Amino acid sequence: MMTWHKTSLTAVLALGIAGLLTPEPAAAQGKSLTLCWAAWDPANALVELGKDFTKESGIEMKYEFVPWTSYADRFINELNSHSKLCDLIIGDSQWIGGSAENKHYVKLNDFFAKEHISMDDFMPATVLAYSEWPKHTPNYWALPAMADAVGWTYRKDWFARPELRAEFKQKYNRELEPPKTWDELLQVAKFFTGKEIDGKKVYGSYIYTERGSEGITMGVTNAMYGYGFVYDDPKQPYHMDGFVNSPGAVAGLEIYKELYKCCQPPGLTNAYMQEGLDAFKSGQVAMQMNWFAFFPGLYKDPNVGGDKIGFFVNPAGPKGQFSQLGGQGISVVSYSDHKDDALRYIKWYAQPSVQQKWWELGGYSAHKAVVQNPKFPESAPFAPAFLKTMDIMVDFWAEPLYVDLLLDMQKRVHDYVVADKGTAKEALDLLVKDWVKVFKDEGKL
Amino acid sequence: MTARNHAETFVERVAARTPERLVKRVRGLSDRSIAWLFITPSIVLLLAINIFPLIWAIRLSFTNFKSNLASLPVRFVGLDNYISILTDDDVWHGMQVTARFVVCSIALQIFIGFGLALLINRQFRTHSFWTTIILLPMMLSPAVVGNFWTLLFQPQIGPFNYVISFFTGIAPRSFSMIGNVDLAPWTIVLVDTWMWTPYVMLICLAGLRSIPDYIYEAAEVDRASPWRQFWSITLPMVLPFLMLAVLFRAIEAFKMFDLVNLLTSGGPGSTTELASITLKREAFEKWRTGYSSAFAIILFVTVFGAANIYVKALNKVKQR
Repeated sequence: MMTWHKTSLTAVLALGIAGLLTPEPAAAQGKSLTLCWAAWDPANALVELGKDFTKESGIEMKYEFVPWTSYADRFINELNSHSKLCDLIIGDSQWIGGSAENKHYVKLNDFFAKEHISMDDFMPATVLAYSEWPKHTPNYWALPAMADAVGWTYRKDWFARPELRAEFKQKYNRELEPPKTWDELLQVAKFFTGKEIDGKKVYGSYIYTERGSEGITMGVTNAMYGYGFVYDDPKQPYHMDGFVNSPGAVAGLEIYKELYKCCQPPGLTNAYMQEGLDAFKSGQVAMQMNWFAFFPGLYKDPNVGGDKIGFFVNPAGPKGQFSQLGGQGISVVSYSDHKDDALRYIKWYAQPSVQQKWWELGGYSAHKAVVQNPKFPESAPFAPAFLKTMDIMVDFWAEPLYVDLLLDMQKRVHDYVVADKGTAKEALDLLVKDWVKVFKDEGKL
Repeated sequence: MTARNHAETFVERVAARTPERLVKRVRGLSDRSIAWLFITPSIVLLLAINIFPLIWAIRLSFTNFKSNLASLPVRFVGLDNYISILTDDDVWHGMQVTARFVVCSIALQIFIGFGLALLINRQFRTHSFWTTIILLPMMLSPAVVGNFWTLLFQPQIGPFNYVISFFTGIAPRSFSMIGNVDLAPWTIVLVDTWMWTPYVMLICLAGLRSIPDYIYEAAEVDRASPWRQFWSITLPMVLPFLMLAVLFRAIEAFKMFDLVNLLTSGGPGSTTELASITLKREAFEKWRTGYSSAFAIILFVTVFGAANIYVKALNKVKQR
């Protein structure tokens, strides 16, 4: 008995000493990386995913997540002040121009070549939007990290009610289905507005109206692209007159305002993602515009998720079907003291198996191995709409001075849509004037 | 042995140990030199945190400097920034919005604040309690007040619309204080008035309490009516205090930012976009540092100039 005890004790001690001596380099050396991003649902999935990286590399992952409303202000300030806070940053697509030209991000071409990471493995629209600067050139500053775009959710259970379907059919002589065009969207939204469902007055749709950061621009462009709005003459860059304020663009802006006036729940005059989620979850609206990033969370919602929720692609206009691109790429911050470890994270993150897990956890992968997998459309109820949206995404300006351009559009569009100031044509004419000034100041005109 | 003796002993000991050269040098300092020795740190601090940034801002206002692109060469643009600001319709719109906000909120605050001061000055039984209650809004942080009122004004869950509905019969969900172009400017005036009327009340109360009782007693002897006493004694004697309150509140209201930013962010559209909000957007969102420095200088000169004229008027009133 005594011998057994001694043997056990010796074994335990030996194991303990071995454990102490075994090199667990990173954890023991206290290596860590800080990743900066916005505070939202996918960020939680990323924390979960990052545990695998820590297990594999021993490098501890720390996170700096800030709310969307201060995300751009905060992190652009960090970059401009050459702060060492973030080793890795998941920066908005519009930042790519400024961050590349100001050398905030590490250029990744050599690293990609060395590690055999090919941009051909990612969806082309995401590479163009999140990684390339100048656009359409093979200069990469980020790896597509979180594919995203604007899509729509609707109350599938309301759309399935026989009495509502019958009433709709009688009124419009067609079935009550998720809208495929903006005209249909307007019609369905008007149909639901003012209806009493389950003893509660409901509204047709929720759309973005936020003034301070980017909200209303990220919303209105979904209507304007389909009606013919383009940022500049494809043959003459930065020539905007007749394109930004084309008759189609005016019509797109007008229909957005009409939708806002007829069918938005009261009080949502300065509302963005969270307000949309609240309106939908509380059963106020039949349809909601929002980023795909939120759809996994909504699908899981006990009150409006599961069988009650459906998803559809942003409706088409007379000139085609487009959707506002969101999403971000992941970059290595050039002021970081841990660039090698940060690159190691990117190498790990680019693996198809990690990308697959990212999608399963609630993130949106842009890797072709994930989204072009034949099983992808069945993997989630919102996957088919997301897959289609991947091919129709359009991004806002990604110029170094994108903030100036964005704030000008926020002002002009909010003035027209929410504050009833002037006409759509006047608003877009003023926008052209503002943008010409910005590009003149930058020396591009 | 008393504490005083202890101190003297200590001082004497320190004096005894001080090197002779240093003693001679300090003994040789004039009163004026010692005064300078004491005020120099304050002057250095003032120069470093007030005067230097002001001069720096004036210098930047003549350039195209952008602080987010600090590595780029800075170009001298002369008066371009000033011309561009003064000829910009949007800037003038912002100035008009600011002027309307300042006039309306101050008028209301003076009217209500003075009225409350007259009531509180009557020394009724629970006047201390009511004074504390009235002063509460002023003690809150503008960030708290902004968020708190945003919720109150929410048309679906906020109680404000239901209160209005109770008195007027208008459906509570049919209007939005913050989202309506006609109501939003009044919304910011209302919240600013709610928060800062107590401050005006305090100043007025100080004025009322400074009026000697014997003046009223003399008026009573002369059979002056309360109305006559108010016009001939109270108002003229409180007037310098009222004017001081107007000055303080006008300066604050002119540079109002936090409350309005939280309540409306300048919206709907640019209906409540005060000059300070435009300035913040130019300086910290568009990073047009040169342009925004010029804008800040224009605002500074406007406030400083108006305040100077006002102070002269105030002095004349005091001399009367």
